[in-house]
This record gives sequence, C-alpha cells and structure tokens, in this order.
Amino acid sequence: MSGPGFFLVGATHHTAPLEVRERLALDSEAEAALGLELSGLRELREFAMLSTCNRVEFYGVGADDGAAARVQAAFCARQRFDPVEFEKFRLRLHGRDAVQHLLEVSSGLDSQMLGETEIFGQVKAAYAAAQARGAAGPLLNRIFQKAFQAAKHVRSHTAITAGQVSVSNVAVDLAQNIFGNLAHARVLMVGAGEIGEKTARAFQSRGALALTVSSRSSERAMELAGKLGGSALPFDQREARLAEFDVVVCSTAAPHAVLSLAAAEAAMRRRPTRPLFFIDLALPRDVEPAVADLENVFRYDLDDLARIADRNRASRESEIARCRALLAARTDVLWRQVEPLLAHRTANPAAGISGCPV
Amino acid sequence: MFSVLTDRQWLWLAAGCYLAGFLRGAWSVMRGERPSSGVTYGIVAAGYVLQYVGLYLRGRADGGCPLGNTFEMLQFVAWSAITLYLVVGVTFRSSLLGYFTSGLGAFLTLASLSIRSWDQTRRVHIFGANPWIELHAALALFSYGVFGLLALTSVLFLLRNYSLKAKHLDGWFSFLPSIVDLDHIGLRLLGTGVALLSASLAVGTVYWLRDTATVNKVTLLITVGVWAAYAATLALRLGGRLLSKRFAWTCLALFAAALISLGPVDASRHPTLAASREAAR
Repeated sequence: MSGPGFFLVGATHHTAPLEVRERLALDSEAEAALGLELSGLRELREFAMLSTCNRVEFYGVGADDGAAARVQAAFCARQRFDPVEFEKFRLRLHGRDAVQHLLEVSSGLDSQMLGETEIFGQVKAAYAAAQARGAAGPLLNRIFQKAFQAAKHVRSHTAITAGQVSVSNVAVDLAQNIFGNLAHARVLMVGAGEIGEKTARAFQSRGALALTVSSRSSERAMELAGKLGGSALPFDQREARLAEFDVVVCSTAAPHAVLSLAAAEAAMRRRPTRPLFFIDLALPRDVEPAVADLENVFRYDLDDLARIADRNRASRESEIARCRALLAARTDVLWRQVEPLLAHRTANPAAGISGCPV
Repeated sequence: MFSVLTDRQWLWLAAGCYLAGFLRGAWSVMRGERPSSGVTYGIVAAGYVLQYVGLYLRGRADGGCPLGNTFEMLQFVAWSAITLYLVVGVTFRSSLLGYFTSGLGAFLTLASLSIRSWDQTRRVHIFGANPWIELHAALALFSYGVFGLLALTSVLFLLRNYSLKAKHLDGWFSFLPSIVDLDHIGLRLLGTGVALLSASLAVGTVYWLRDTATVNKVTLLITVGVWAAYAATLALRLGGRLLSKRFAWTCLALFAAALISLGPVDASRHPTLAASREAAR
C-alpha cells in the first residue's frame, strides 16, 4: 500500500472476464448512488468514475493511504460483490502509474479493440459527471484535461486509430474509398442474417440513408428493413434492379452464387458512370468472382475483408510501443506538475469534496 | 521593391517552394503519414506569390503577358495549374492533390529554369498593341494549366483504381481521395479547361478574321487540334462512352501531347521583335 495521493482502483477486461465485468458494471442509478456515497468520504478529496462494458475504474485523490481501499469497499458493497473475490480481479495503481494508465485509457491503448475512439468520449463523460457532482477539483481537472490532450496528440501523430479492425467497418471504409460521402449511396443488402444486419448498421452509422433488403425469406427481409428504416426488395428482382444500387452487401446462405456476371454487366450498361461495389460476406460466395474484372466494378469477399482487418490490427499493434513512449513522456511532464500540488492538496484536511473548486 | 532580385531569381525561389512542398509530401508519405493539407497549401501558396512576382517583373519588362519563349510559357502553365489548385485544393481538401501539384509545379519551373537555351532569346511585344490577342494567348495557356491539374487528378484516379482493384489499401494509398470524388474533380477540370480554351479560340478567331494574313497556320492547327481533342473527350465522357481508366489515360496522354505541342507553337511564331534577354532590358 502506498501513501496518500492520486490513485486508481477498478477492474478491466485485462483483469476480469466478461461474466465478472457484467456483475461489476454500474448502471446509471447505481453510479449516482455510489457517487453520492463517495462524496461523503472524508479521506477522498476528488474522484471520477469510469464505467464501460470493458472497465469500471475509480480515479481519486486521497488524503491518506486508506482512501483507495474505502472506495473499493464502497463499490463492492454497492454491487454486492464479495470483497475477497474482487481482490482477484482488481487493478490498483498509484501516483505516476495511475496517471499513465488514464492517458493510455483515453488514447484507446488499453481498449479491447486497440485504438478505438469511443473510449475517449466515455472518459470525457466520466469527467463531466465528476464535475457535475462537484467531485473534480484542481488535480483531476488538470490530469483529465492533459489526458484528453495526450489522447488527441497520439491519435493525430501515430497510426493507432488507422484503418478499421472489424469486417463490417472495413467494408464501409472501402465503400467510402469508392464513393466518398455515403449519404447518397444506395445500399442493397442481399440476405438478412446477423452479419448483414451488422454491416447495414455500420453503413448507417457512417451516413448511408438508402438501405434496401432482399432475402429469400420475404418476411425476414421486411423485418430487417423495418428495423433499419429501409425498404424491402423481392428476392427474384435482385438482379433485374441491380443498376439502382451502388453498394451490394451479400450474406445469404445460398449454396451457389445469387448474383451473376451477366447481371453485373447488364447493370453497368445502365449506369456506366457510377461504380458498383460488391461486398460478398457469404460462404459459399454469393457473387460470381468474374465481376471483379469489369471496369468500374469492385468486389471484395470475406477473405479480402478479413485480411485488411488483420493488417490494420497488426499496424495498430506495431504502434503500441511508440504510443507508450509518447504518453510516458507526457506523463512525466504532467507528474512533475501535479506532484507538488498533490502534496498540498492531500495535506489540507479542510479541502473535502464539497470545497473543491470545479 | 521587387527589384532587389531579378525575375529569374524570384522564379528560382518559387521553384524552391514547390520543390519543398513536394519533398515534404514525399517524406510524409514515405513515413506512412498523410501530408498536412494546411502546410502543403501554405508552401504552394508561398511559391505562387513568389512566382507571381517573377512573372510580374517579366511582364512589366515585356509590356504584356510574359509568353515570349518556351521558358515563359512553361512558367505560365505551372502558374495557371497552381492558381487552379489554390481554389480546387481547398474545395476537395485533398492533401495528395497538393503534393502532386507542388510536384508538377517543381517539375515545370525547375525544368524551364535549368534549360538555359529556352530563355536565351525572347520575343517582346509579341502581341503588338492588341490586347485581345494577348488575352487569347493567356487564356489558351491558362487552360493548359487546368489540363495539367486534370492530368494530376487522372494519375490519382489511376492509383486509386489500382489500389481498389489490387486490394492494396494501406500505406499511402489510404490518403487518396475516393474514386467518385476524383472522377467529379476530373470532369469539372475538363469542363473548365475546354471552356477556357474555347473562349481563347473565340477571341483569337475574331482577331484573325479581321486580318487573315497574320494567321500562323501551325499555331492555329495545333491550338484547334488540342481544343478538338479535349472537346471530344468531354463529349465522350458526358455521353458515358469514355469512362474510368480510359478517361484518365486519355487525359494524361492529351496533356503530354499539349505540352509537347508548345515547342512547335513557339518555334513557328513570327516575332515582331527578336531580342536577347539582355537587349530586352
């Protein structure tokens, strides 16, 4: 156990399996109640709570070396989690190490999907919540602000966020390489399975508005079209109306190709100036491979997408050391600024959370 | 104020800026980083201002547009291409277009500065006192600058098409604009270039009809030939008959032919006053 100062206590996907994280996750009600409870701890000067599907973490400034333990006890009690069992999964860091951890978390370096940027927004939200409850004081303010700056720096100066690492997002990236803005791209989903839906949602999240679903089961097509806010196309019209679409995502379980070379040629004759992009996620493949030889037609299958995702993942992993070095340098500078303030803050018994300047 | 340096010295400085923009972009690309749009734009804009000063000094000495020899014509084509980039580059926010444009600017300006024979003699007062024929020549060469930028866009298109077909999307291929955006840029540039060249020909026609004896048949033939080739390309593209890679290759080949044609055009002109550069001063 170390002395008073800045600490982190919690559990992450590195230390706890999914079934444990499910039990540790704080819903908004529990978070509010726990926040209120922690605000009453005399030995806790400042604190912030970060709860996502991959981590629950408490960052705090303690007046004595028992502060982290009290936060941990309060959390376990709130979640009705055995404190002895929690010890097996918990992560506890102090001082400079805790600061570096926050910088790495904010940068997506500690994320399960390396380099993802959603965590940045989650850390910002956690900090905003701490400010709102009056639990963020001068130290957390500085540490979190610097963490955000560091995350932005790492994102813009390294390739840690470069390329997509999931098959559906790689497919959408490719579509953007062809069409640019997807707002005007017309997307046809051939097959209404899980991977098709996931890809359709990825397209929607990046601006695609016109989604059409075609499936051998018309009920399933209508159901998915309804969920996506799109329209359904009878399966037997998929080839005849191919020219109406820019992106065709295929994911049927058909034992043979459902989109032929002849259909693609006919479609391109009707729309020669606009590219046609086939994303074939099916096994066996839904689109005849020869369509890739047509001018202005692009075709990627599952292997192609997986290869790109793997390459992007490897590329991100190769950036880890560089990112850590960048963050370590920033942590050192920040720690040199914060440490003297920390000594003053933890030594001042009058400076409880209620007295924190926000 | 500008006479602290000679016109060629200003133009050397401009060429240095374009080269710096190109080398900086190449360095970023080799390191796997996207060339900064803002920095590239700034370097190219600085080169543009310096080149403007150099061409202004030339023009002042000539008493007109500096189009008196191959050196000046290439400088003017480079300047025109950069002018367009400074407008188009911002619109499309394509850092690679800036990188390629600075490369084209560096190539044209350095080549023209390095080959001394292109600037040994220059025709002054080539347009006489007729501002319309000067406008005709300036518009024609400005359109060549537009076609230069179109050629660069075509290179980007071919690279993007290759990367998508060959499934090589990482590294610097990832910095390329989308294929549809490049196609749109290309079409707009082609339309702009054809419009400028058409306007140039219209102005020239009015002048020539008044005084057919002054018509230089070689110049006329080449200018009309270049215009017809680009106009036909535009018509075929709009009609959906010349698309994608074939369109890009055609634009590249036409620009190469247009550049090469500047030599015969320059050589065929009948100078009203031939003089060495020094004599012109």
